[in-house]
Amino acid sequence: MNAQIPPVAPTVQPVMRTTCPYCGVGCGVLASPDGAGGASIAGDPDHPANFGRLCSKGSALGETLGLETRLLHPMARGRDGRMARADWDTAIGSIAQAFGKTIETHGPDAVAIYLSGQLLTEDYYAANKLAKGFLGTANVDTNSRLCMASSVAGHRRAFGSDTVPGVYADLDEADLVVLIGSNAAWCHPILFRRLEAARAMRGTKLVVIDPRRTATGDEADLFLPVNPGKDTVLFAGLLAWLADHDALDHAYIDAHTTGLADTLAGARAMAPDIAAVARETGVSAADLVQFYTLFATHERAVTCYSQGVNQSAQGTDKVNAIINVHLATGRIGRPGMGPFSLTGQPNAMGGREVGGLANQLAAHMNFTPVEIDRVRRFWQAPRLAEREGLKAVAMFEAIAAGRIKALWIMGTNPAVSLPRAGAMREALESLDFLVVSENVASNDTLSCRPHLVLPALAWGEKDGTVTNSERRISRQRAFLPPPGEARPDWWAIAQVGRRLGFDEAFAWRSAADVFREHAALSAFENDGSRDFDLSGLAMLDDAAFNIMAPVQWPVRSAGDSADKRFFADGHFFTPDHRARFVTPKPARLARETSTDFPFILNTGRIRDQWHTMTRTGLSPRLGAHLPVPFVEIHPSDATKLGIEHGGLVSLRSAHGSAVVEARLSVGQKRGALFAPIHWSDATSSNARINDLVARITDPVSGQPESKATPVAAMALPVRYRGFVLSRRPVTELPATWWAKVALEGGAGYLTATDLGPEEWKRHTAKILLTSDYAEYVDAPGGVYRAAAFDEAGALTGAVFLSPSGAPASWDGLKALLAARTLSSVGRRNLLSGRGEGQITPRGPLVCACFAVSAPQIEQALASESGADVARLGQLLRAGTNCGSCVPELKKLIRQRAMLDMATITPPA
Amino acid sequence: MSEPLIVIGNGMAAAKFCEELANQGLGRYSVAVIGAEPHLAYNRVLLSSLLAGEVTAGDIELRSRDWWRARGVTLIYGRPAISVDTDQNRVNLADGSSLGFSKLVLATGSHPIRLPIPGMELPGVMTFRDMADVDALLAAAKPGTRAIVIGGGLLGLEAATGIAGAGVQTTVIHLMDRLMERQLDARAGALLRQAVEARGIEVLLGASTAAIAGEGRVEGLRLSDGRLLLADLVIVACGVRPNADLARAAGLDCNRGVIVDDGLATSHPAIHAIGECAEHRGQVYGLVEPAYEHARVLARRLSGKSAAYAGSVTATNLKVSGVHVFSAGDFTGGEGTQDIVLSDPGIGLYRRLILRQDASGTRLIGAVLFGDTADGLFYLDLIRTGRDIGGERADLAFGPNLMTDLKTTEAA
Repeated sequence: MNAQIPPVAPTVQPVMRTTCPYCGVGCGVLASPDGAGGASIAGDPDHPANFGRLCSKGSALGETLGLETRLLHPMARGRDGRMARADWDTAIGSIAQAFGKTIETHGPDAVAIYLSGQLLTEDYYAANKLAKGFLGTANVDTNSRLCMASSVAGHRRAFGSDTVPGVYADLDEADLVVLIGSNAAWCHPILFRRLEAARAMRGTKLVVIDPRRTATGDEADLFLPVNPGKDTVLFAGLLAWLADHDALDHAYIDAHTTGLADTLAGARAMAPDIAAVARETGVSAADLVQFYTLFATHERAVTCYSQGVNQSAQGTDKVNAIINVHLATGRIGRPGMGPFSLTGQPNAMGGREVGGLANQLAAHMNFTPVEIDRVRRFWQAPRLAEREGLKAVAMFEAIAAGRIKALWIMGTNPAVSLPRAGAMREALESLDFLVVSENVASNDTLSCRPHLVLPALAWGEKDGTVTNSERRISRQRAFLPPPGEARPDWWAIAQVGRRLGFDEAFAWRSAADVFREHAALSAFENDGSRDFDLSGLAMLDDAAFNIMAPVQWPVRSAGDSADKRFFADGHFFTPDHRARFVTPKPARLARETSTDFPFILNTGRIRDQWHTMTRTGLSPRLGAHLPVPFVEIHPSDATKLGIEHGGLVSLRSAHGSAVVEARLSVGQKRGALFAPIHWSDATSSNARINDLVARITDPVSGQPESKATPVAAMALPVRYRGFVLSRRPVTELPATWWAKVALEGGAGYLTATDLGPEEWKRHTAKILLTSDYAEYVDAPGGVYRAAAFDEAGALTGAVFLSPSGAPASWDGLKALLAARTLSSVGRRNLLSGRGEGQITPRGPLVCACFAVSAPQIEQALASESGADVARLGQLLRAGTNCGSCVPELKKLIRQRAMLDMATITPPA
Repeated sequence: MSEPLIVIGNGMAAAKFCEELANQGLGRYSVAVIGAEPHLAYNRVLLSSLLAGEVTAGDIELRSRDWWRARGVTLIYGRPAISVDTDQNRVNLADGSSLGFSKLVLATGSHPIRLPIPGMELPGVMTFRDMADVDALLAAAKPGTRAIVIGGGLLGLEAATGIAGAGVQTTVIHLMDRLMERQLDARAGALLRQAVEARGIEVLLGASTAAIAGEGRVEGLRLSDGRLLLADLVIVACGVRPNADLARAAGLDCNRGVIVDDGLATSHPAIHAIGECAEHRGQVYGLVEPAYEHARVLARRLSGKSAAYAGSVTATNLKVSGVHVFSAGDFTGGEGTQDIVLSDPGIGLYRRLILRQDASGTRLIGAVLFGDTADGLFYLDLIRTGRDIGGERADLAFGPNLMTDLKTTEAA
């Protein structure tokens, strides 16, 4: 590969400004199409979310643009049960007929639509309008329910509206930033870089609160390892401390809020003294006092929170416990202050804005009679839903129970992501009618026997808007033509609406048409009564929509491009315009550990993957960071269970099971485990972590308790470990366990098996798709290796098997899969496991952007003592692009420093 | 006054012995070498190359006439020794002359085996053992001629390759189910068959010869299954037997070969035997390397130094039909042994290493290499020294070059 981040060079193709499709930071991207279906990618220096920076995932977007895995035509299940190509007209007709007939027979609540934070606002708007206005059901929910529903609910309880009060610039201007339940260094890397820059500039203090010490925790001035589920106690203690130390803003409280007395009493009951808080939270009294003192003495304080707060059966209470301390100190909506929800998805915010959740109606309006009436009039809707629909988990329970009979899934993979993911599949397969709009041709959800599959546009082809965590609406622009017969989701929805007879309501010709209507609805009879207001954008013509610059809402007048904060003036969107203090319930996990399930399983993301990997999984660079599904466990817990680093572990909950690799980490609390959510049946044999998670939800937000499942862990000894490299996907592996990862030139499979060399030898021809291959067999030593070559002599595939205790590394080999040729020496030595030109063991990749490995960094540090992050950047380029590996670089620097000290200290 | 030392035989063992002796104790002996063939000693291993036209007769001479002269060796060739008088310590030559000795070294080599079947005496039945055979074969091998080679061992295959290269339509028939079964395992034998066939040579395995057919001259070969193969030439290359004729006639203890002890001494204290004619600890060697070891040990002993021969770990390291093959030690493996096999048919590579693992460690006891034999000596050394290779097991099949390659690459 050439430079990872090619400069934006002048080309024949125009450079397109668009927005990254990953996390809620919403970074601006410059895409330069190469005219052959690909594009080079760079950060947009003019975008206010990222100012030109991109993280590892964003930087690798260009590697994910191919059409190999794409669905390009509608496919319908025939009478014989097989999927066959269909035309759009037939497809639209069958949806209209299935949904119409189901509603006719079983009522509107027998149909549902399940959406995604990946959709554009326009898609979301169209789906919400069709369901709530014309099908007559509010059974419209989204995978955002799994992501930030608790924030929405917490906002609405406190503010009367789902309003993020602050802006990213608050991170630049704060003196104290508290990150709770957020591994921003990995999950919101660009914001974290921004925070790091502010810390370097003004010495911003960073407090990180998390049950596990992540890359983010490693960077903190103060790290508080809170017990799972006890965040509320920590913040109740803070509220009480602030009251006791005369740190409340009584003027603000009196003028703009209600309910402090009750809430403070509740906080004192929950956190009677520091010792009690320390006991409950597992944080030392000294650290608590330090945190509380920091908060009391730093007015410019921002509290950022993410899935560690939201994904909880008490997520809404946690959100309100955080908001409470900001309301009580009046630290909200002013520069450098406020509670700040960091959303996980690129357009979770857009979905919230259109009302694409079962408990919202539309455009930040709810199911009150006045609002129902208003929306009905605006849409001229014949059959407006008049009550909340089923939230995601309840929706799938209704599917399993047969109450919902027809479902339309768009842009999400619930067979992987929902709690009890395994049971989800059975539910999906039981539907009378399942239609899935997808851009990939296969994933776990598409394996659930849908009746119809519609080809959706992917990033780079879609056109519309997204909203990031700071309420900034940015354009996602198409820079590639629609492939095959893929069409926008809003278009497909509109076609169904029209087929059902609602021509006028679904007459849009473009995304701009949809956006204007969406903006107009936000403005409709608003007059400042609702926070969400795009009056100023409702009249944008197509040309203006095309060049629309990123803008924060509300946009109450045309041309208003200012950044806005909410609530400094104390005007809230409750009936009395006062904010509410909310008293959280006693903090406890929904399910405690037991002798059968002695560990608490936490789940989350890793740095270089996204959701179920249908896109990031295509990038070899991103796959190199953490290539296999794993569980982090404290070394002393591991020792007790006979679990070794890199060994397999079987995880089991009351609902499901998974098999993953063990990673021993002192950052993990004893008794607590962490496993990433990304792997599916498409990428691993048995690592769908959400299969273990219970369907227990927050009573207010409906968000599941994804981060605290009681589980059992057991060492799973296998006799052999190995890997398979292949230019083509491998369908038959004689392995009991495998994980797939993208490699340059093909795919890699890391395997574990009890089958020995002789058995693998019998399968080799099937795996390598040839009977002509080189072999290395040391059967008594438990070693088997094979490799196949093309006519030019280049490697087309390889099989490596070793005893578990001495696994071979593929680092030296995998580069050969992409090579066009192979020297005779290279070929002869290939089965030794050492690749040509890759002789130095490369070890784990640290910097994904420039493919810099840990051994390379260690070598640089060894040869230049005292090298810092900046110097490493000069030497190896590591950390100079996205910077998300900077924490790991620092860790290596610290390790080296300790090693240096050890070597210069004379032995006692 | 120098002691008279006579060497009977003017082959590779004799030449090496003279060289070693000259290095050790020049002047102590007055050396005479008696050879039956009318040539200077030549490299018998290269006869196949001579047959194939790759080298000339001059090229395969081991040492020049001047070399021998400079070392004071009297060369008597073209005059075979016909008997040894162990009472008088004299050697009688075919021309009636005789020579006395204080030390006699028998280096008489081997005879080609001729089959006890009808028709072996017919004109057109040939062997492939010495320079005269090569000359005869070259004279007979004309394009369009049909030849059958009996014997799929090294010599047979070399003869077949040589005459096939001259345009002769060649068939090799072999009694066993694979070629070179004494040097190669089944898989290497099969690979070799492919390589031989790729040169246009037909190979018949498990084929037993019943008779040579023909009236007055070879016309064909009849197999024991009754099939008649037509041929103008039959080359018998079924192996060799030690030439112990003189020793046996002289009353020395003989078995298959002339029996020698660790000092290469026969049952007569003044008479020694080296090379293919010698039988040491029940073992007869048909290879150059043991013969050279014999020569070295004996030269030291006859120079008054201490040396003993304890047997050879034999290795075959050859180019057969243009393909390199190597085998050493116990390459058949079996009970109590472990195999490591590396193969890449696409580049004609096969190697099998046989290990024995016990409480004291892991040792290499045998190796078969096909295609690329560059590492053969490395393995032979491991087999000979019996070094524990347990720690290097993973790299073993890739040879010492892997380590060299590593260093080169890292430095680059």
